[in-house]
Amino acid sequence: MNARELTKDEYFFGHKACAGCGGALAVRIAMKVLGKNAYAALPAGCMSAVGFNFPQLCFANNAIISTFAGTASMLTGIEAGLRAQGATDFTAVGFAGDGGTADIGIQALSGAIDRGDDILYICYDNEAYMNTGVQKSGLSPFGAKTTTTPAGERIRGNIRPKKRMFEIAAAHGIAYAATASVGYLNDYMDKIAKAKTIRGTKYIHVIAPCPVGWGTRTDETIELARDIADTGLWPLAEYENGVFRLTKRAREPFADPQNYFKKQSRFRHLTAGDIAAITADRDLNWEKIKKEYEGS
Amino acid sequence: MSREFLSGNEAFAFGVRLARPQVISAYPITPQTIVVERLAEMVEDGSLTAEFVHVESEHSALSCAMGASAVGARTFTATSSQGLLYMAECLNYVSGGRHPVVMMNANRSIALPWNIYGDQRDSLALLESGWIQAYAQDAQEALDMALLAYRVAEDPRVSTPFMANLDGFHLTHTYEVVEVPEQAEADAFLPRFETENKMSESVPKNLAFTAGPDHNTAFLYKQHEAMRRAADVIAESEGEFAEIFGRGYTGLVETLHTEDADTILVTLGSAAALAGEVCGKLRAAGEKTGLLRIRYMRPFPAAEIVRAVAGAKVVAVLEKDISFGFEGVVFTNINSALKQAGADVRTVNYVGGFGGRFISESDIARIYREAYREAGAAAKDGQRVRFIGATA
Repeated sequence: MNARELTKDEYFFGHKACAGCGGALAVRIAMKVLGKNAYAALPAGCMSAVGFNFPQLCFANNAIISTFAGTASMLTGIEAGLRAQGATDFTAVGFAGDGGTADIGIQALSGAIDRGDDILYICYDNEAYMNTGVQKSGLSPFGAKTTTTPAGERIRGNIRPKKRMFEIAAAHGIAYAATASVGYLNDYMDKIAKAKTIRGTKYIHVIAPCPVGWGTRTDETIELARDIADTGLWPLAEYENGVFRLTKRAREPFADPQNYFKKQSRFRHLTAGDIAAITADRDLNWEKIKKEYEGS
Repeated sequence: MSREFLSGNEAFAFGVRLARPQVISAYPITPQTIVVERLAEMVEDGSLTAEFVHVESEHSALSCAMGASAVGARTFTATSSQGLLYMAECLNYVSGGRHPVVMMNANRSIALPWNIYGDQRDSLALLESGWIQAYAQDAQEALDMALLAYRVAEDPRVSTPFMANLDGFHLTHTYEVVEVPEQAEADAFLPRFETENKMSESVPKNLAFTAGPDHNTAFLYKQHEAMRRAADVIAESEGEFAEIFGRGYTGLVETLHTEDADTILVTLGSAAALAGEVCGKLRAAGEKTGLLRIRYMRPFPAAEIVRAVAGAKVVAVLEKDISFGFEGVVFTNINSALKQAGADVRTVNYVGGFGGRFISESDIARIYREAYREAGAAAKDGQRVRFIGATA
């Protein structure tokens, strides 16, 4: 899909998201692809905080805030409830942040995938609990400074890599899973359009930069969301019928991660050695991808 | 109408089937399991058409039920004890969203110490979660309560979730002869679930939103008023229930010999059946005893209790819960009602039945006599609350 094919109708507007918010863009674009028959569930997090302040409610379609841990289980109920009443033409879609997905919501998500519930779960990943003031989540990357992983003498930012949610979803034998980035919207829109047509559980994990939490300018969001893919740090891929596939292969040699890190104050403390370690890890991951995804 | 030999759990499942729920979500926990096993069998044998969702936790059970209710489906879930506590967040979520989910809770003790048997510490710990709370005494009332629960909860004047409590094992696992109504009778009593409080294709809505300091109180006030209105709707619904099914209930409380009683025992759940027998025996022996069974803890029957007990000399409250360091929560509620009404009657609190400890005929007889004799005095050990079986 491309911008010309996208409807001019808006479904998520008038909200209070910060300037340059990648999450708001991810939700807005997804809704344009899904259309008015989408029933959205959003847990506690940035998008529910900025979009559901009575009496200013910002979804033109049906939408509900779920409990923090209950995005997937509420989607299950919405889908079952509509189907039980004979509805067929709708999408139950979740928009949960990285903490809502990889930490507190992972049990309900795993349960829904295990049951094969006919829902679309979109994780907009800004790599920390941004709504509560930038605390580390299970999807914060190695090295990231957050308010709970300060970069000082003893702690040098987050010391653990991101949970591999895409692979975790795939390991359930899910109907469809994909990674995406708001920097490559056509690829993201293709994946949503495809997910809409597939029965069963769909999981799309979209990188959504956060100027506040990442320490970047508000006009750098798209650039950063491209960099993370171009550097090979976030491969754009999908999983369908038991097979992994790259959808938009980053050109090799990959862009230098150094520039990506330099633009963000959360990585300012990283040493050349840290970046070399991250780069080596990336290369190891790509060896695996080439072998497992491409059979080479 | 047919007669069946059913346990409390099974009777409730029969009642739920008659209510035609569209989505059932449940996670197993003793002693609740049989109600959802029977419902699964009913879905399997085609006698019930419902989506049966095998959720991975109690939190998801209620979250799923709310999602289904929020698109206008009639839903059912069931739990007990630790499961009820695990889904606690969702209880307030469902009631605040005003979704009329019906849930059966098999009353069971709470860990620690681990114990699978009955007391009422689970549901009473969640008295403030905004749910209607009803307590059944026997299997027939359990079946009937399932139908009444949907009728009351879904009434647009109420639109509040309903927790039907059955004492674990004492009621959930005890078999009795139960009259099972015909489907046509149930359909005549319980209309289809219709609500405007839902997401739909024709009228899209944003639900479960944030309400800041300026708007928050108005929502809570509406919720409070809806719970108060539930009392009238319960009475009205029971009236119609009696017309259709020929079986009557007595609203928020049930009384026995309270009119001229000196000593009135107040309790709830299955213990009331034995208490009624003891009360009758003591009456026969010339003692002026009475019994008040609380059927609903929310809405709380303040006026009904005051009316029934104000003329007595002493009220003994027997309950299966304790607010540690203070007293039983039922006792607290009753004292508040009496004080507000200016009723001058002495009250005394007995707590027991914990972890399934049997409350015997002699326990109840002792309570009647001791309460009458020692009304107003503190227990011998200086405690305001008297534990049954603390030293056993």
